[in-house]
Amino acid sequence: MSQSVQYRIGISRIVRVITIVLAFACILPLFAILFYIIKAGITRVNWSFLVNVPKPVGEKGGGIANALLGTFLIIIVASLIAIPVGIMCGVFLSENRKSRLAYWSRLCVDILQGVPSIVIGIIAYFWLVKPLGGFSALSGSVALAIMMLPIVIRSTEETLKLLPDSLKEAAFALGMPFHRVILKVIVPCGISGILSGVMLSIARVAGETAPLLFTAFGNPYLSANITKPMQSLPLLIFNYATSPYNDWHDLAWGASVILLVFVLLLNISTKLITKRWKVQL
Amino acid sequence: MKIRFHNLKSTLTLGVFFAILTISACGDGGNGTTGSSGDDNTLIGAGSSFDNPLFSKMFSEYNKANGLRVNYQSIGSGAGISQLTNKTVDFGASDAPMNSKQDSAASAAILHIPVTAGAVALSYNLPEVKDTLRLTPTVLAGIFLGKISRWDDPQIASINKGIKLPSTGIVVAHRSDGSGTTNIFSTYLSKVSEDWNAKVGKGSSVNWPVGLGGKGTEGVAGLVKQTPGAIGYIELAYAIQNNMAYAKIQNKSGSFIAPSIASVTAAANVNIPQDSKISLTNTDASDGYPISGFSWVLIYKEQKYNNRRSDRAAKLLKLISWMIHDGQQFSGPLTYAPLSTAAATVGDAILKTATYDGKPILP
Amino acid sequence: MSEATIENKGIALSDSKLGVINSDLALIQSKKGVRRLNRQIRTENTFRKMLLLMGLIMILLVIGILFTLLLESIPSLKALGLKYLWGKTWDPVQDIYGAYPFLLGTLLTSFLALIISIPFSIAIAVFLGEYYPKGWIPDFLKNTVELIAAVPSVIYGFWGLAVLVPMVRSLETTLHVDPYGVGIFTSSLILAVMIIPYAASLGRSVIQMVPSSLKEGAYALGATRWEVIRSVIIPYTKSGLFAGILLSLGRALGETMAVTMVIGNTSIIPKSIFAPGNTMASVIANEFTEADKPVYLSALIELGLVLFLVTVVINMIGKRVIRRFTNE
Repeated sequence: MSQSVQYRIGISRIVRVITIVLAFACILPLFAILFYIIKAGITRVNWSFLVNVPKPVGEKGGGIANALLGTFLIIIVASLIAIPVGIMCGVFLSENRKSRLAYWSRLCVDILQGVPSIVIGIIAYFWLVKPLGGFSALSGSVALAIMMLPIVIRSTEETLKLLPDSLKEAAFALGMPFHRVILKVIVPCGISGILSGVMLSIARVAGETAPLLFTAFGNPYLSANITKPMQSLPLLIFNYATSPYNDWHDLAWGASVILLVFVLLLNISTKLITKRWKVQL
Repeated sequence: MKIRFHNLKSTLTLGVFFAILTISACGDGGNGTTGSSGDDNTLIGAGSSFDNPLFSKMFSEYNKANGLRVNYQSIGSGAGISQLTNKTVDFGASDAPMNSKQDSAASAAILHIPVTAGAVALSYNLPEVKDTLRLTPTVLAGIFLGKISRWDDPQIASINKGIKLPSTGIVVAHRSDGSGTTNIFSTYLSKVSEDWNAKVGKGSSVNWPVGLGGKGTEGVAGLVKQTPGAIGYIELAYAIQNNMAYAKIQNKSGSFIAPSIASVTAAANVNIPQDSKISLTNTDASDGYPISGFSWVLIYKEQKYNNRRSDRAAKLLKLISWMIHDGQQFSGPLTYAPLSTAAATVGDAILKTATYDGKPILP
Repeated sequence: MSEATIENKGIALSDSKLGVINSDLALIQSKKGVRRLNRQIRTENTFRKMLLLMGLIMILLVIGILFTLLLESIPSLKALGLKYLWGKTWDPVQDIYGAYPFLLGTLLTSFLALIISIPFSIAIAVFLGEYYPKGWIPDFLKNTVELIAAVPSVIYGFWGLAVLVPMVRSLETTLHVDPYGVGIFTSSLILAVMIIPYAASLGRSVIQMVPSSLKEGAYALGATRWEVIRSVIIPYTKSGLFAGILLSLGRALGETMAVTMVIGNTSIIPKSIFAPGNTMASVIANEFTEADKPVYLSALIELGLVLFLVTVVINMIGKRVIRRFTNE
């Protein structure tokens, strides 16, 4: 072998090693963060932490039940708004690939995805809280739904685009009306992709503080009325982590662990679903 | 493939079914409480994050005694004022009295009731210095204006004789988010330093000539703790709870006073005007800490607005009256300064002027 | 592979529908059937209109957001005019608002973060797309990298403050610059970590799209692995990689909480990359709750408007590029 060939192979090997090192270096921060948060918060988490409401400063114990219930309800309501609208819009975009309206609509979805969360919060405040004269979990849900929409729409559109046209043509050839082709053939075939989009969107909004600050507002008591203020996990972490008292810091760390684990589990199970249903996203 | 698919579909249907069930159940639960007492029995307040720990304790105790629920959220004094202006809350709480622009933005007269007093401590990170640092107003203004930039500056050394100061640079840490703490501190500097008044002025957010901004008290404390040679202003409660070193400040009468509950209460023991809008900074009291201030609860003078019921107004006033009397017992343990008798008296007088449909609410 | 699976599923499905549809056709013969067909057409039209409506709603939503932001920034537009954009002072006490320091801070942090993250995201894309597309280690890497995007940004902020800031401070001490720890550089580091997944995952999929005939041709000519990557894969996928980088940029521009916690938050124009600064998003997050004057509040909302418009422009460009890539 000539020297130049050896040199070229050598370079190739070095680049490969560099690539591998760089690629694996990226996951270090993630594990550093996981380790750090879990170390700080895991000792706080126990059963009474999950079923009690926070105690005022100076009293030991207390939990985050109000925030857990609030986050759960706010996300469910947001999902009920975002999922149907998102899937239908995704169908619209994938069915009308060339139309002018779809072009603009797609652009707007892209824009929505880039809007900073605090701006969404401001918007929800001006659209819902101020006209209705009071804070409510519902307005928080709407703000979160606006943030979920682009992800649901994009994943629906991308999944449906991957479906072969022959599938649709076959259904049409059998005389099925358009809406049944969509609802009974196209959407079910892409359901795993759509579902993973939905779960990703939930995971994304579960950690959002800024849109809830001026909408869901927070609540120290258990509340299940979506027309009234409600607590949520990120809000609780945000408020308690900045207080001077250790009791509240502990609550915040414990809540951080729960939020982080919830979000990561949601992501991992999405991955498992995607893998099981063999859908490429 | 097919079987799997149907499994998924039924799981999904089941999931959606349960979701709807939960929602409707919750909706019912919610409506139930609204119909009976939930709505009428919950007051909503927002504002100062400084007040939040004390309020959480007070409202929890009040709830045990009277069953009234108070939902207070610390969204910041400025936001508290604008929420009251927008009538989305029953009361606001602020560390700074409303200024004329805010007054004109509000549709009706707003009452200020002092509920507690707090101090701003100057916390520093000088590992070599064991004794408590002493600072004069001039030096303090010099540091925050960037004129004094080293710890061994002769101006600092001359008031700290016997303390060996390191020859490191001074890193100034301040709040990046608008806050009542900044307002108290910048008001103080404006009073004691012409230079500061002309160049920077007072406000919840100011244009800092030097230094780093930390988000929230936590952020500033973090900067001070982590950076050798740093100095920053934080709430006294935070400095005490976290065992941070803080400086003695020279007050108007010339003595160096450490911030403490006693020295803040002393600072607040002055003649209080009828509207209670007074800044306690640079107090005349000889044993008072100069960088302290009241925190106020804000309510509309005329409580009949937006179809509010009269019993809601009565509950609100009873709550505030309780806060300035019985509620004060919770201040000390949480390192808040209890109201002086003078302040409580003025608070009572102000509460008596509140009306519902033109008629006074409290006897 | 994946398409085949979907097709199978589809066939199985339409199979089960066959009976139902046949009976539909039989019904058309009768009068009842005609009525039913009419109803079906009506439902179909309503359904199409619904879909159209959903598409419209997205446009209305964005226009609505734009309109609301514009409406709320009128007081500041009136008071400050266009000089707002290049005003160098931000002084709420004297009602002077200039967005220039924040525009600069946003651009600095975002581009610095991009520069830091590009080698990493390209490395991941090449690793997963070319070197090791299959196996459990690449799977693990791919999933872990995607999890990076899932961590809430406030948690990145806490971690950055507690772990990254002291590290940067000791670096600054060795470099003999002011050892603040917080600043443009630190926030760029955090941002770089946060945006890696966006460019990496798009990069991976475009690299996998490179036709193997091209690569095989290059190998046949005696190229090494690296030479194939450099002269075949990268040139073939460069617009796709660029689009991924734009996606990352869009994310970096709007990131709020993590940046706010580590950027040092000062309205002074940064003099070096280690100096503290402020971004548009961090100013809004910092000062929105305490904005106590109408013009002040409105100036902050106008900042939101500017941020909104900048992301729109970035998205427009990104879209153009992706479309060109798919057309090629």
